[in-house]
Amino acid sequence: MTEQTQAVETSSPSTGTQIIRMISGVLGHFVVKRFLFFLFVVWLASTVIFIIPRLSGQDPVKEKLLLEAQRGGAMQTGLDAMAKSYQKRFGLDQPMWTQYVNFLKDLSRLDLGFSIAFFPRTVNDIVFESLMWTLGLMGTVTILAFILGTLAGAVLGWPRKPGWLQYIFMPLLTLSAIPQYLLAMILIFVVAFQLGWLPLFGGYAPATVPTLTFEFAVDVVRHAILPAFAIIFSAIGFWAIGMRGMMINTQGEDYMIQADAKGLKGSRIFMRYAVRNALLPQVTGLALVLGTIVTGQVLVERVFSYPGIGDILFQAIRLSDFFVIRGIVIIIILGIAGATFLLDVLYPLLDPRIKVRNS
Amino acid sequence: MSTEQAIQTYRTGARITDVDALVVDGFSVYYETDSGTVKACDDVTFTLKQGERFALVGESGSGKTTLAMGLMRLTRPPGHIAKGSATLNGRDLTTLTDEEMRRTRLSELALVPQGAMNSLNPVMRIERQIIDGILDHVEDDEKSPNKDELDEMVRDLLTRVGLRPGVARLFPHELSGGMKQRVAMAIGISLRPSLIVADEPTSALDVVVQRQIMQTLGRLQEGLDASIMLVGHDMGLVAQFADTIGVMYAGKLVEVGPVEEVFSDPKHPYTKLLIRSLPSLKEKREFLGIPGLPPQLIDLPVGCSFADRCPSVFAKCREVTPLTQDLGGRRETACHLYDGEAKS
Repeated sequence: MTEQTQAVETSSPSTGTQIIRMISGVLGHFVVKRFLFFLFVVWLASTVIFIIPRLSGQDPVKEKLLLEAQRGGAMQTGLDAMAKSYQKRFGLDQPMWTQYVNFLKDLSRLDLGFSIAFFPRTVNDIVFESLMWTLGLMGTVTILAFILGTLAGAVLGWPRKPGWLQYIFMPLLTLSAIPQYLLAMILIFVVAFQLGWLPLFGGYAPATVPTLTFEFAVDVVRHAILPAFAIIFSAIGFWAIGMRGMMINTQGEDYMIQADAKGLKGSRIFMRYAVRNALLPQVTGLALVLGTIVTGQVLVERVFSYPGIGDILFQAIRLSDFFVIRGIVIIIILGIAGATFLLDVLYPLLDPRIKVRNS
Repeated sequence: MSTEQAIQTYRTGARITDVDALVVDGFSVYYETDSGTVKACDDVTFTLKQGERFALVGESGSGKTTLAMGLMRLTRPPGHIAKGSATLNGRDLTTLTDEEMRRTRLSELALVPQGAMNSLNPVMRIERQIIDGILDHVEDDEKSPNKDELDEMVRDLLTRVGLRPGVARLFPHELSGGMKQRVAMAIGISLRPSLIVADEPTSALDVVVQRQIMQTLGRLQEGLDASIMLVGHDMGLVAQFADTIGVMYAGKLVEVGPVEEVFSDPKHPYTKLLIRSLPSLKEKREFLGIPGLPPQLIDLPVGCSFADRCPSVFAKCREVTPLTQDLGGRRETACHLYDGEAKS
């Protein structure tokens, strides 16, 4: 009978409803805690990017006006007065503390202020327009690359794969060593310029106005193909190599030998034992990468003149448009903190060993 | 007391029948490496009767796990079965196709691994890990059992290994070492195999749990009328559990015999030293070891591989590799000391 008592140690005699209530209570608490942490990270990072530009001692408005004045060859009289009036307009004449409070207030409403270079357009306006393009392209490409790369890596790391697979995937992985911008230029030259199969640049044909028609959708997809390929090739290699390593690690685990000893079918061992376990670190990687896709691919978007956030960031830095730069940095912060928050909440569902604890 | 009687006093339930369950003949597992062929398991021959408990002992690296894994055809490259046969219930396992071998595993030949370690998939509930073995052995023309039937099977199996049915819904990390070992046994017996290979099922468990596990394993074996091949290096545990003992040294089976007789009258010098090295409760004395180290298994010289450590070594040991000799009464040994006593 001692056998029986020992086995009953971890029992929790409770009905189904009790368990559900307990889990939802615990999970609710846990999610709230994680969300508060998310807010804290966003506040901390925002404060840092509020302080750093002010430590540089530069006056963005004055610099902008000076630049314009030089470019236009105009007299520099009245520049100070002009700068003052603009600073008043942007709230830069107020004491630091008031500026900080206003900044946080605006941030809480997701109001990122005005662009200096394209005044009176707001930063929200500029950033969110390009964010659509970037998310559309990068979101799709990242998830596609994750799926393809992880599958390729899983197969490559599987000792019972057909031998010829090696000869297909390995050259593919070599391709991924080519830098994205270089591949982008090669693709433009060969596919778009010499063969003329796909458009050279942009997010849609220059003469058209974005509308919700089928023709326009096809046009957008045609424009997205080359940038997507340029990015996807290197990303596939990244995911494949990580997954392959994890698969090889998994092969050494005792439960893999036991799966074979149980006489399971190869397909079940592959999916439910090897891939399922090797996938866990990949998912962490995916969440972190998804957090950074909002930054776009500055180089690739530049090469294709794709109207995404990378292109906007490039322009903003060139025109020292401080508020747009700050807006994009805030978007990046939100993206990474948001992805980490999601990962924290979802990971216990993937890996039962990660316990949701409240203490 | 005759040999047959000696064996049967060890058991409470099923008896050893005269039917051959597993016939291993000249079974060899070699590893091809850059520096030569490693004969991890070389020319092993023995017979396991239906209902018999056979224990394989020997120090680390002697090839006992290699042999067990080789019989299940789970040897990983660069290892391979070099020669010999292993006939289970009339079928030679070494000649089966991979798919036939897959179907044989668990249904006729089940492994109970060191379950206290990581032999369970960490991201899968216990019930899933019991069920998937059952599902993958459903014949093509058979109907798969439905969910209720499977739940019932899982509940029954868990109860039989002394676990409460609620364990089915748990994940491996929520179980203690002893409970995991029980789950490993539940999986092992799920398709009523005729041979259970238990690879050190009690290592990493404390002695109280060890005893419970071995009792459960014995009870399950008697319930199924199966044979057991126990791999272990705990001589005390083997003495209590097994009917027959096989001693391995440097990849070779050097002595086989009924457990009580081998303990009271060991033949091979290695077995003698092994038994002498067991600490005794009756008298306090220095731990006795076996001087020297086992030889490298690459390019073994001609002669007995124990010669360098053997207290009774003589000239012939280094010139001729000893063959297994039948000493009568189910006793066999591979040693030149008994050259004159062979019965056949």
